[in-house]
Amino acid sequence: MRKFLLLALLLLSPVVMAETPEEKGLAIALETDKRDKGWQDSYAEMKMVLRNRHGKESVRQIRVTNLEVDGDGDKGLTVFDEPRDIKGTSFLSYSHSLEPDEQWIFLPALKRVKRISSSNKSGPFMGSEFAYEDISSFEIPKYSYLYLRDELFNGMDCYVLELRPQYQHSGYTKSHVWIDKAEFRSQKIDYYDRKDSLLKTQIFSDYQQYLDQYWRAHTMTMQNHQNGKSTTLQWDDFQFKNGLNDGDFKKNDLKRQR
Amino acid sequence: MTESLTVRHAKFVVYHPWRVLLLLLLIVMAAASGGRFIEFTNDYRVFFSEDNPELNAFEAMQDIYTKTDNVLFVIAPKRGDVFNAETLALVSEMTEQSWQTPYSTRVDSITNFQHTVAAADDLLVGDLVPASADLSLEFIDFVRDVALNEPILINRLVSPKAHVTGINVTVQLPGKSLDEVPETANFARALAQEMMLKYPNHEIHSTGLAMMNNAFGEMSQKDMATLVPLMFLTIIVVLGVLLRSFSATFVSIFMIFSTIMFAMGLMGWLGWKLTPASAGAPTILMTMAVADTVHLLVTFLHNMRRGHNKAVAMLNSLRVNFQPIFITSITTAIGFLSMNFSDVPPFQDLGNVVAMGVMFAFVLSVTVLPAMMMLMPIRIKVQEETDSHLMVRFALGVINRRGPLLLGMGLLAVSIIAFLPQNTLDDQFVEYFDETVEFRQATDFSSENLSGIYTLQYSMDQGSSGGVSDPAFLQSVERFSNWLRTQPEVMHVQTISDTFKRLNKNMHGDNPAYYRLPESRELAAQYLLLYELSLPYGLDLNDQIDVDKAQTRINVTLENLHTNEMLAIETRVAEWLGQNLPELSYTAASPSLMFAHIGERNVSSMLLGTTLALIVISFILVLALRSARIGLLSLAPNLIPAGMAFGLWGMLVGQVGMSLSVVAGMTLGIVVDDTVHFLSKYLRARRENNLNAEQAVHYAFKTVGIALWVTSLVLILGFLVLSQSHFSLNSDMGMMAAMTIAIALIMDFLFLPPLLMKLEGKKDA
Repeated sequence: MRKFLLLALLLLSPVVMAETPEEKGLAIALETDKRDKGWQDSYAEMKMVLRNRHGKESVRQIRVTNLEVDGDGDKGLTVFDEPRDIKGTSFLSYSHSLEPDEQWIFLPALKRVKRISSSNKSGPFMGSEFAYEDISSFEIPKYSYLYLRDELFNGMDCYVLELRPQYQHSGYTKSHVWIDKAEFRSQKIDYYDRKDSLLKTQIFSDYQQYLDQYWRAHTMTMQNHQNGKSTTLQWDDFQFKNGLNDGDFKKNDLKRQR
Repeated sequence: MTESLTVRHAKFVVYHPWRVLLLLLLIVMAAASGGRFIEFTNDYRVFFSEDNPELNAFEAMQDIYTKTDNVLFVIAPKRGDVFNAETLALVSEMTEQSWQTPYSTRVDSITNFQHTVAAADDLLVGDLVPASADLSLEFIDFVRDVALNEPILINRLVSPKAHVTGINVTVQLPGKSLDEVPETANFARALAQEMMLKYPNHEIHSTGLAMMNNAFGEMSQKDMATLVPLMFLTIIVVLGVLLRSFSATFVSIFMIFSTIMFAMGLMGWLGWKLTPASAGAPTILMTMAVADTVHLLVTFLHNMRRGHNKAVAMLNSLRVNFQPIFITSITTAIGFLSMNFSDVPPFQDLGNVVAMGVMFAFVLSVTVLPAMMMLMPIRIKVQEETDSHLMVRFALGVINRRGPLLLGMGLLAVSIIAFLPQNTLDDQFVEYFDETVEFRQATDFSSENLSGIYTLQYSMDQGSSGGVSDPAFLQSVERFSNWLRTQPEVMHVQTISDTFKRLNKNMHGDNPAYYRLPESRELAAQYLLLYELSLPYGLDLNDQIDVDKAQTRINVTLENLHTNEMLAIETRVAEWLGQNLPELSYTAASPSLMFAHIGERNVSSMLLGTTLALIVISFILVLALRSARIGLLSLAPNLIPAGMAFGLWGMLVGQVGMSLSVVAGMTLGIVVDDTVHFLSKYLRARRENNLNAEQAVHYAFKTVGIALWVTSLVLILGFLVLSQSHFSLNSDMGMMAAMTIAIALIMDFLFLPPLLMKLEGKKDA
C-alpha cells in the first residue's frame, strides 16, 4: 500500500519527485522552457553600463528584436545606437543549439554586410562582462542538467540546477542556476571557468510579467569575481507579438535597420 | 649609569643566578611563541613601500586594464624548428592544459592566436591551429607563414628563426593567501614536466613574473635552510677553538639561540613577513649576539686563568665590560635602525629585527650569561696566557713602528678610497638570482631566444569616450609604436594599431594595400565592435583597451636591461613623446620601471639615514668616552672602513645596487664597536692608572685585543656565510659587510693606536 502511494506521488508530480538528479534537472529545465513558449516575437531596448575596478562607467545602448523559432535557436536582430561611432551598426544572428550560430553584421561606415564565420560564443559582448553565450537564446539541447538542491534566494524558494554546456567552445565548464519554484524564472547564475573556479555571478531583478505569461527581468547584473569589473543591463519597452516573421530577419535587410 | 649601579646589578646576577635565568627564559619563551606567525612572502611588490610612486602608477594601470602577472613557457624543440606536426601538437595540447593553471585568466600561443581571414564578404575568425586541424605539410607551411609575419606573435610567442615558441599564461592572483604563488608555479612546473615526458624531443623553460615571485619565496626558505646551519657550525667551531672552554661555548650557543628566538618571535608577533632580503636576519643576529658574549667571556676566563674565583672573575668582567657593551649595542642598533630610511620595506624590517635582537642580546649577556656561567662547571688551569703574550708582542710591534704605520696605513686608505667614484649605481633584478637558480636559467634562456621579462607599459589616453577609434589618435599610437621598434633595446611592441591595420585589410578582401589604419572614426569603431563579437573567452582586448574605449595600452618588451639603461630608455621615450606627440597624454609603468627607480631612491634616502646615524653615533661616543677630542678622533677609524670597502668594491666590481646602499649605515654601527672597546680601555688606563699614551695603547691591546680579534673574526665569518646566498641582495651585502669589518679591525689595530700616540703623545710631553 505504501509502495503504491509512493508510485502514485511520483507519477503525479514529475517535477518534484523525479527519480535521479539528472532527470529532475531536465524536468525543471523543460518546465522553464515550456512556460516561455509562444511569445512569437519580441522587441526591447537595452542599456548596458560597464564598470571597471575603479567604478568608472561606460554606457552602450542597443535595440534587440527576436523571433521565436520552434525546434531551433531563435533569430535575433540587434541594432546599435550608442556610442555614436557605432550607431546604425546592425547584427543578425540565427542561433543554433549545438552548431555555431550564423551571424551577419552591417557596418554603415563600410556600407557592407559581412558574414562572421566563427565558432566563438564565449567572448565578451561589446567589451562587457556578458559573453555572447550568456545572452543568446536558451535551448534545451545546449546543456546537460543536474538538480543539486533546493535553496532560498532573496526569500524565494528556488531549485538549484547545474548546467554543463554541450556545445563546443564554451568559456565555461558549468553554471549553477537558481530558478524560483513559483514562476520558473532564473534568479541567479554562477558561471565557472575552464579550470572550474567561480568566474562570474549574474543576478536577475525587476521581473515583470507580459501578456499574463512571459516574465522578463528588467535588470541583469554580471559581476566578474576575477577581474573586479561588472556590467549591468537595463531592459526597457518590451513588446511582444508584433507580427514579425522570417522575412524580417534577412541579411539583405540589415542595411535598412536604423 | 653609575659604577655602583653596575656593581649592584652584577652582584645580584652573580649571587641569584636561578632567579635571573628563570625570568629571562620566560621572556624569551613569550616572545618566541610569536614564531608560529612567521610567513614567507612571495611577491616582488614587497620591495616597494605603499606610497612608492612607480608602484602606484603600475597598480593604477592594472586596475584600468588587466593584470599582467604571468607564466611564460618557452618551448625549444631539439630539431631547431617549431613548425612541425609534433611541436604544434605539443603547443596545442599545452595551450589547452594551461587554461587549468590556477588563477589563469588568459592563455596566448601560436596555436590559439585568433587568425582572421577574409573570403568574399565572409570574415573568418578562429584559432590559427584548431584542435581538429589535420597537420599536413601544406597546413604547417601556412601556419609558419602567418605566424612569422604577424607582428603580434613574432618576437613574443615565436622567434624570427622559428627555433623556439612560447605560451603565455596570464594569471590574476587574488592576493588572499600566500599559497597562491607556489600553487601556480608548481602547476606550471608539473605541466612542463609532463609535456617534456610526452614530447621527449623538446625542452620547456618556465619564466614570467609569477615564476619570479615564486623564486623570491623559495629563495628565502632555501637561504634560511642552508645559511643558518652553516653559520651555526662556524660559530661553534670558532668559539670552541678560541675560548677553549666547553661551558663557555655552550653558554654562547645558548645566548645566540635565545636572541634569535626572541627577535624572530617578535617579528612573528608584529606580523612582519620574511622576504628574501630579511631572511638574512637570523644569520646576522647570530653574528651580533656573539660579540657581547665574547667580550664578557674573554675577560672572565682571563680573570680565572689569573687565579680569581668564579664570582670575583665574573663581577670584574661585568664591571669592566658593562658600559662598553651597552654603548656598542646602542651604536650597533642605531646603525641597523638607519635602514628605516630605506625605501625598501624588507630592509626596514631587517634593520628593526636586528636592532631589537642586538638590544636583547645585550640584556641577555649581562643577565643570562653570568647567571649560567655561575651555574656551569668551569675548570680553568691557572696559567700564563700565551694569547696575551702574542697580543703584547703585537702591541710592542705597533708601538715601535707607529710612524711608518701611521703614514703607510693613511696612504693605503686614501689610495683605496680614491676608487670610490668608480662605483656606479646599477642593478639588474633578474641578476638578484645567481646562475644556479632555475628561474634565472629559464629567464636567461628566454631572453636570449625569445622574449624578455623586462617590460615598459604605456597607457595612451585620447581623453574622450570611444577615443581609441579616433584616426588622429591611432596615427599617433602607430607612430609611437613604429619609433619604439627602431630602438635597440626593444624586442617587441604590442599595439592596438596593428590589430586595426589587420582588420582593415581583412575587411577589404585581404588586400595588402589596405594594411593601414582605417580612415574614419566610425569605421575603426565598427571594426572593433565586429572583432570583439568574434573573439573567444579570455582572448578579448580588455588587456589593451579600457572599458570606456578612451585609452589603450602599449606593451613594450625589452632585452635584459640594467637599471641605468632602463632609466635611459624611459627618459628617451619621454623626450621623444614630448617633442613629437606633445598633445598626447600618457602614463608609463611596469615592474621593471619600479625596480629601476627603487635603487636610486634607496641610495639617496640611505645617504641621509647613514649621515644621521653617523651624527648620532658620534655624539654618543663623545658622551660615553667623556672626551670630545677622542670622540671626534674616533671618526677616522669609524668612517675609513666603509670608504675603503666601497673603494675596493669600485676597483673589483663597480656596480652598486639596492642592497649595498644599506651596508654603510649598517656596518657603521658594527665597526664602531671595536673602536669603543679599544678606546674605553685606553681611556681607563689613562684616567684610572695615569698611564701615558704609549702605555695605555699597550694596556688596551693586552686587555681587549683578543676579544676584538675573536669578535671580528666571528663577524667576518658570519657575513661571509651570508655572502654564500644565491640571492645577490644578501650575498653582496654579506661580502661588503665582511670586507668593511675586516678593514675596520686592521685600522683599529694598525692605524688607530699610532694615531692616538701621535696626537696624544704631544699632550703627554
